[in-house]
Amino acid sequence: MKTAERQFTTISGVPVEPVYTTEHVPGLETGLPGEFPYTRGIHRDMYRGKLWTMRQFSGFATPEETNRRYHYLLEQGQTGLSVAFDLPTLMGYDADHAMSEGEVGKCGASISSLEDMEILFRGIPLADVTVSMTINSPAAVLWAMYLAVAEQQGADWSLLSGTLQNDILKEYIAQKEYIFPPQPSMRLVTDTVEFGARHTPKFNPISISGYHIREAGSTAVQELAFTLRDGMEYVDWALARGLAIDEFAPRLSFFFNAHSDFFEEIAKYRAARKIWALAMRDRYGARAERSMKLRFHAQTAGCSLTWQQPYNNVVRTALQALAAVLGGCQSLHTNSLDEAYALPGEHAVTIALRTQQVLAYESGVTGAADPFGGSYLVEKFTLDMEAAAGDYIRRIDAMGGMIPAIEAGFPQTEIAGASYRYQREVEQGERVIVGVNRFQSEDQPIELLQIDDSSARRQTEKLAALRKKRDGERVRRTLDALKRAASGTENTMPYLLDAVRAYATLGEICDALRDVFGSYTETTRL
Amino acid sequence: MSHPIRVLVAKPGLDGHDRGAKVIARALRDAGMEVVYTGLRQTPEMIVNAALQEDVRVIGLSILSGAHNAIVPRVLELLREKDMTDVKVVVGGIIPDEDAAELKRQGVAEVFQPGASLDAIVQFIRGAAPV
Repeated sequence: MKTAERQFTTISGVPVEPVYTTEHVPGLETGLPGEFPYTRGIHRDMYRGKLWTMRQFSGFATPEETNRRYHYLLEQGQTGLSVAFDLPTLMGYDADHAMSEGEVGKCGASISSLEDMEILFRGIPLADVTVSMTINSPAAVLWAMYLAVAEQQGADWSLLSGTLQNDILKEYIAQKEYIFPPQPSMRLVTDTVEFGARHTPKFNPISISGYHIREAGSTAVQELAFTLRDGMEYVDWALARGLAIDEFAPRLSFFFNAHSDFFEEIAKYRAARKIWALAMRDRYGARAERSMKLRFHAQTAGCSLTWQQPYNNVVRTALQALAAVLGGCQSLHTNSLDEAYALPGEHAVTIALRTQQVLAYESGVTGAADPFGGSYLVEKFTLDMEAAAGDYIRRIDAMGGMIPAIEAGFPQTEIAGASYRYQREVEQGERVIVGVNRFQSEDQPIELLQIDDSSARRQTEKLAALRKKRDGERVRRTLDALKRAASGTENTMPYLLDAVRAYATLGEICDALRDVFGSYTETTRL
Repeated sequence: MSHPIRVLVAKPGLDGHDRGAKVIARALRDAGMEVVYTGLRQTPEMIVNAALQEDVRVIGLSILSGAHNAIVPRVLELLREKDMTDVKVVVGGIIPDEDAAELKRQGVAEVFQPGASLDAIVQFIRGAAPV
C-alpha cells in the first residue's frame, strides 16, 4: 500500500496526523509540573527528587521459595516488594481445597494462613521495606495477615508503607477474580479504606487498576476512563461511610498499563492526572493538594509479549518502560522476556530489573520533568484522551455509576469489542507484530522456571499440621464473631485480624464471608 | 443442507482471563459455527456435561494458568467414560511444547500456543469436524 493511502492509527485505533503544529493545540497552556492540575507531573523536580520505585511483581510456588526470591531481588537493588499470589489464594481457597487442584503455586505464591505469611516475609523488616500486594476479592484478609506479621515483628502500623491492590470493580470488568457480589465486596473495600485512614496513614489501601482492563483488550481510552470512574465509585462509597474526602483521598493510588504505542501511553498518564485532579477538586470538593495528585504504578504490557522470538520482548519492555517514565510514574514493573511462557526465571527477571536501572542511571531521561510537555503531538493526544475519557465517564454516570454499568455488561462489552477488533487487525496483517505475523524465524528455546507439583503437596501438608496444632475453639469463636460483624454494618477489619491471629485459614475466613455475602456469577456476554 | 459445526468453548480452572476464549468464540461464530461459551471456572465434569447436553462436535479449552496437566486429562477421561470419544478436544493457551506433545499423545486433537492465528484454528476445527 502506498503511504498516502495507508491509514495511520495508534494501537487503540485513533487516527494520527502526519504532523502536529500549533493549530492542533490553539492557546495551549502547558502549566508546570507540581502544579494543579498536574498534567505535567505531581512533583516539580520529578525524578531529581526521587526516582521511581523499581518494584518487580514476584511470587511462585511456596512462601519459602518466594521469600528466597525476595531476598535475591533486594540484594540486586530492587527497592520495594510486590507479592504475586497464586489463583487459589486470589479466589479465597486453601491449598487443600478441591478447586485448587493443579493451581497451587502456579501463578504466584500460595498463602493459606498467617503461618504462610510469616514465612513469606521472614527476614524482611516490614517497617523498612514497602510491600505491594496484588490481591483483590480477599484483599482485606491478606492485609490482616500482613498487619499481623508486622505486629509480630514489632513494627508500628503507622510506619508501614505499601499498597494493597484491593480493586474489586476491575475484577468484574476485566480480570474476573471475584468471590462475592459487588455490594458486599465494595463494603469490604470501604472497610479497608476506613481502617487504613485510622491506623495505617502511610499505606495505600487500594490501587485502582487499569492494567487488567488493558490486558483484557481495551483501548487506552477505555483503560483510562473505566479506571478513573472506578476510582470515583470508591470515593463515593468512602464518603457515604462518613469519611471526609481529604482524610482518605491522598492514599488512593493508581495502576496503569504501559503498552506499546509510545506517545499514546504518555498522553494517557498526563490526561489521567488532569482528569483526576479536576474531579477531586470540582466533583468532590477536595482541598488538600495531596488528594488531587494522582500517583501511579505502571507495568509494561504482558499481552504485548510474544512467544515467538522471545528476546524481542526485552526491547518491547524497554520502550514501554520508557513511556511510563516519560509519563511520570511513581513505581514501575518491567516484564521479563519469558513471560509469554511462564512465570519469570531468575535470569530473565534480572534483565528486566536491569532495564529499569539502565533507564534510570544511563539514559538521561530523569534530568527534567515531563520532557514532552509542549510537544504539539503529545499535548494534542492528551487533550483528545481527556475528552474521550470524559465521554465514557458521563455515560457511566448516566447509568447510575459503575456497579449498574457492570451489571448491564457495559464496560465488559466495550472491552470485548475492542479486543476482537484488534485481533482481526493482527489477523489481516494491518497490525504488525514482529516475529509473529512478519519477520518470522526459528528461535532458540529459552530456559524456563518450572513449578512442579511438590509445592501443592508441601502446602497441603503444612496446612494439615497447622489445623492440628492451633486452638480450634479460638478459630471457631473468631469466625463466628466475623460472621456477626459481616451481617451488620461494623468494620470487619478488627474481626479479620482476630481470625488470622487465631490461624483461621484464608479458605475458612472466605467461607464464613460467603455464608453471609453469597457468591457472584457473571452473566456471560459474547 | 449441512448443519453448522457446534463447538463448546470452555474456561476450566480458577483463572479468569477470558480474553482469548471470547475472541476465539467470536471468530468461530463469524466463521459460521455454532458456539456455546460456558463462562468461567468450569470443572471437567461441568464441561463434559455441557458438551453432552449441547451435543457439540468439538470442545475448545482455554487454559492460561498452568493447570492444564491436571485438567485436560480429566476431561479426556470423562469423555471416554461417557462414550463421547468422537468429540474432538482442542486446547489453547500457555502450554509448553513438552506438555503439548503429551496432551496430544493422550488424545487432544490439537494444541494452539500463543500467536496461533484465528484462521489456523478455524481451519483446523473445520477439518477435524467435517460436515
